[in-house]
Amino acid sequence: MKTVKSSFKFKGGVHPDYNKELARDKAIERMPVPAELVVSMSQHLGAPAKCVVKAGDFVTRGQLIGEKNGFISVCVRAPADGKVKAVEKRLGPAGGKADAVILDTTAKPEGESDERRETGDGSSHVSRPSSPILPPLDWKTASREDLLKRVEEAGICGMGGAGFPTNVKLNPPPGKRCEYLVLNGAECEPYLTADYRVMLERADRIRVGVEIMRKVLGGPAVRIAIEANKPEAIAAMEKAFADIDGNVEIVVLPVLYPQGSEKHQIFATVGRVVPEPPALPIDVGCVVENVGTVAAIADAVEKGEPLLERVTTVSGDAVAEPKNVLAPSGTKYSDLIAFCGGEKVPPAKLISGGTMMGFAVSTPEIATTKTTSGLLLLSPKRVFQYSSQACINCGRCVRACPMNLNAAEIAKAVEADDVKAAEDAHVMTCIECGACSFSCPAYRPITQFCRRAKNSIRARIAAEKAKAAAAAGK
Amino acid sequence: MKPKDTAEHFILSSSPHAHAKSSVSRIMLDVMIALLPATAAGVWFFGMPAVWTIATCVSTCVVTEALCRLAMKRDNTIGDLSAVLTGLLLALNLPAGLPLWMAVVGSVFAIGVAKQAFGGLGMNPFNPALAARAFMLISFTGPMTTWLKPFWWRTPEAATTATPLATMKTWFVSEATASATPHAAPAFPGLWDMAIGNIPGCIGEVSAIALAIGAAYLLWRKVITWHIPVMFIATVFVYSLVAGGAPATAQVLTGGVMIGACFMATDYVTSPTTAKGKLVFGFGCGLLCMLIRQFGSYPEGCSFAILIMNAVCPLINRWTQPRPFGAK
Amino acid sequence: MTMAILCIAGVGLVAAVVLAIADRYLSVREDPRIGMVTAALPGANCGGCGFPGCDGYARALVAGTAPNGACAAGGEACAAEIAKILGVAAVATERRVALVKCCGTRSEAIRVGDYNGICDCNVAAATAGGDKGCTYGCLGYGACANVCPKGAISIRDGLAKVDKRLCIGCGKCVTACPKKIIELVPASATIHVLCANPDKGPQVRKVCGVGCMGCHLCEKNSGGKEANHFTFQGFLAKVNYENPPTDEQIVAKCPAKCMSVDPHFESGH
Repeated sequence: MKTVKSSFKFKGGVHPDYNKELARDKAIERMPVPAELVVSMSQHLGAPAKCVVKAGDFVTRGQLIGEKNGFISVCVRAPADGKVKAVEKRLGPAGGKADAVILDTTAKPEGESDERRETGDGSSHVSRPSSPILPPLDWKTASREDLLKRVEEAGICGMGGAGFPTNVKLNPPPGKRCEYLVLNGAECEPYLTADYRVMLERADRIRVGVEIMRKVLGGPAVRIAIEANKPEAIAAMEKAFADIDGNVEIVVLPVLYPQGSEKHQIFATVGRVVPEPPALPIDVGCVVENVGTVAAIADAVEKGEPLLERVTTVSGDAVAEPKNVLAPSGTKYSDLIAFCGGEKVPPAKLISGGTMMGFAVSTPEIATTKTTSGLLLLSPKRVFQYSSQACINCGRCVRACPMNLNAAEIAKAVEADDVKAAEDAHVMTCIECGACSFSCPAYRPITQFCRRAKNSIRARIAAEKAKAAAAAGK
Repeated sequence: MKPKDTAEHFILSSSPHAHAKSSVSRIMLDVMIALLPATAAGVWFFGMPAVWTIATCVSTCVVTEALCRLAMKRDNTIGDLSAVLTGLLLALNLPAGLPLWMAVVGSVFAIGVAKQAFGGLGMNPFNPALAARAFMLISFTGPMTTWLKPFWWRTPEAATTATPLATMKTWFVSEATASATPHAAPAFPGLWDMAIGNIPGCIGEVSAIALAIGAAYLLWRKVITWHIPVMFIATVFVYSLVAGGAPATAQVLTGGVMIGACFMATDYVTSPTTAKGKLVFGFGCGLLCMLIRQFGSYPEGCSFAILIMNAVCPLINRWTQPRPFGAK
Repeated sequence: MTMAILCIAGVGLVAAVVLAIADRYLSVREDPRIGMVTAALPGANCGGCGFPGCDGYARALVAGTAPNGACAAGGEACAAEIAKILGVAAVATERRVALVKCCGTRSEAIRVGDYNGICDCNVAAATAGGDKGCTYGCLGYGACANVCPKGAISIRDGLAKVDKRLCIGCGKCVTACPKKIIELVPASATIHVLCANPDKGPQVRKVCGVGCMGCHLCEKNSGGKEANHFTFQGFLAKVNYENPPTDEQIVAKCPAKCMSVDPHFESGH
């Protein structure tokens, strides 16, 4: 096992103010289970889970409340004991509405003693049953199929932000072999330090997770990618992986946004280029997984603990005490903010995620999901306004684009409602990282233009598919 | 009746929610700062007429832009400082002794026709200052090709003269017809005079050193990249080495090549966006400049070369699209 | 002199021969009726008929693959003319116009955030679900107004309104609206419910001062359930356009003030 420096640097990228010092030295803190949880059926990429409980039902922590609905889907389990108040459509962080189970964690079935509810680490309402939720497995002796099944049952999806079902990612289709397993410890988004703390404090879990994933994927080489501005994390991982066998390397990456993007991780660690969509990383023999997801896999297998909670960095200059909070999924943002001392000044923007790719939300009544890596409260000093100025052709966005697209041309085409020109300029390859809008001196919402074009094109393709299917059906 | 709305209001926008500290007005300001040495040099060598020309051009450009936006019923854009910059650049490209009313006409053309008629900043296909200069060259050829000598007030009776370019033109001609050696050629300023700016010419184009300082500032501030200036100047240099005639250093240091390569050709709106495109653009400018100087009847090659390349710029952009990451 | 005359005459002769050959062998034989039908059509090229432009519809009509009367812009007069040219009877269709089923202007409905971005309803709806308190209502950023070929839609105080006199019923705005609250209704109907929020009354009241609360008063005042002038979706009243109400009094009696008599600016066709 050795530590090497990355020998590949992608073109483009930007250097935003990272502001990680606000939360990087705050150890992960578990917050008490809030009185109400809003557990969405759509916390992942793919079809939303199908809710299998109804208002009035009592559920226990870890109980299945949403069945996975299709191949690209993930199940949802109750993050705490409680009573289902209602199942209704709620607004999610990305702006869409999905069914959610509203859980009252203070309610308990009649006749149940209070004793059971006081166990655990001092916080009431958390019931920590002495027996694990799923039977623990010994990864050394368990079969590959059992391990994959466990990942599926635990409801694990990519915790880096996209939320792709992990059991699907770890099971490449026939004909595709995984040669490199890349652990994404870059965390290139400003303000976020959740993955950093997980690497520092749970390095041993990550080690177990890597062993399990290596077994499932058929023994690929392992590359642990960490940005150079996290020396303590690199040291922690070196210590945890010191005696591991096989082809394992820690690759130190230059500090550049978006180093954490899947395709750029692969390029920086193994020098392979993933072709344009619809190609995927597995097409070049690589599987990339976030370090948080890896730790969750270890817990699911060894401890039988499904994915019910995660570390979320609450930061920004408008929150009183920035922290790295370990909270059950379904925690409302208002509860997170209260746990962090409340608002220092009235925030001008509330962001779910980091500042480059996060979602601005309209209300703190929205709840966390399995992929909520950060919650930022930004004061009026730290926000800016997009404008409707014309493009001055300075080329900064073109230089900044990590996918090497001509962002200026795409934006101008979409502004003129010419989606075809945008498609010809490869807008579907855009990863929506925001480097273009970040660099634009005219404050143009270039990323939003790209999104608009991509949505138009996707809608058109879907309509064409539906038409073709209808015609074929006839 | 509208319900009471007491909840906190947040700004809702698409990602990203962070921005680099850059703005259009900051870029324009940087260019004007970069032009300060050249402006100072121009005023030093040509005195009050230079000051009046600069003041006239800048104020006329700003007023024209404000009136145009008003007439077009669009927002007032003088705050982005692009009109001020166009005025300054135009003034630096004019001879110091030019009658002020001609400067006014040129400024109105630069902003009204070459910029606002196309829709304002970002929409113009030609560099407004150069387009105005070309318009004035054709309309007022006499005054536009009459230059004050540096420190003209010391010898007011012989205040005006031809530029070194005109002299170099005769060199090209004499090469072909006579066996005259360069040393027997008409009086030519020395290298130091050409570098510092002690030569007749337009207000801002004379002092190569002042312009180089300005260009270095712009490169440091990352306002321009090296591609266009280096390519332009290198092409001019190599061409004149190969083609003979005046010394290559003279070709580079006079005739507006320095100001053209560093400040006019690098104008964002009218030059390509990719590095490859910029190299092609710079090469084209340099080549055309020398061709016009050698074969054209004007002793002036730079402005027309840049204007022609401006016209070709969309084509260059199309041919030099970046290759997406992962594309075949 | 003679040379000049002979040369010009020669060129003219050659050109005439070339044109004659071209006309003989290169001409495209087209059914002359296509031109006649195209001339009869209004020439708006709006695509409301479902064909690419008036020329496309004309070709389909002459080929017999399209029904006469699909042109909403041309209306009955145009269909009658086409019937004369092609001998195909017009399918009787009633003129339909677009109706934006929302009356929540910025003065009446709350906004839950300050939207900053591209002025388009589709992207605004995708950003945090839109900045309007009522998630069903019109956002007012003009996606419909931008696609209307007749400029019949205008945005006032954050609300889109269709001018009935200009609307040709092509349906482009219906597709463009991300909230799907624009409906094509018969032009003859005068009473409308301008709301699309099916939530319970108190919930609606929290976000809009003029939203439908589902009190059923409109139904009661127009003859009750048996009269069948209204249907209800959740707590939202919907006019039954096959049997619309005619008593304009019920509009004044609506406590939510979400009903309107002919809200398309000026009434009349």
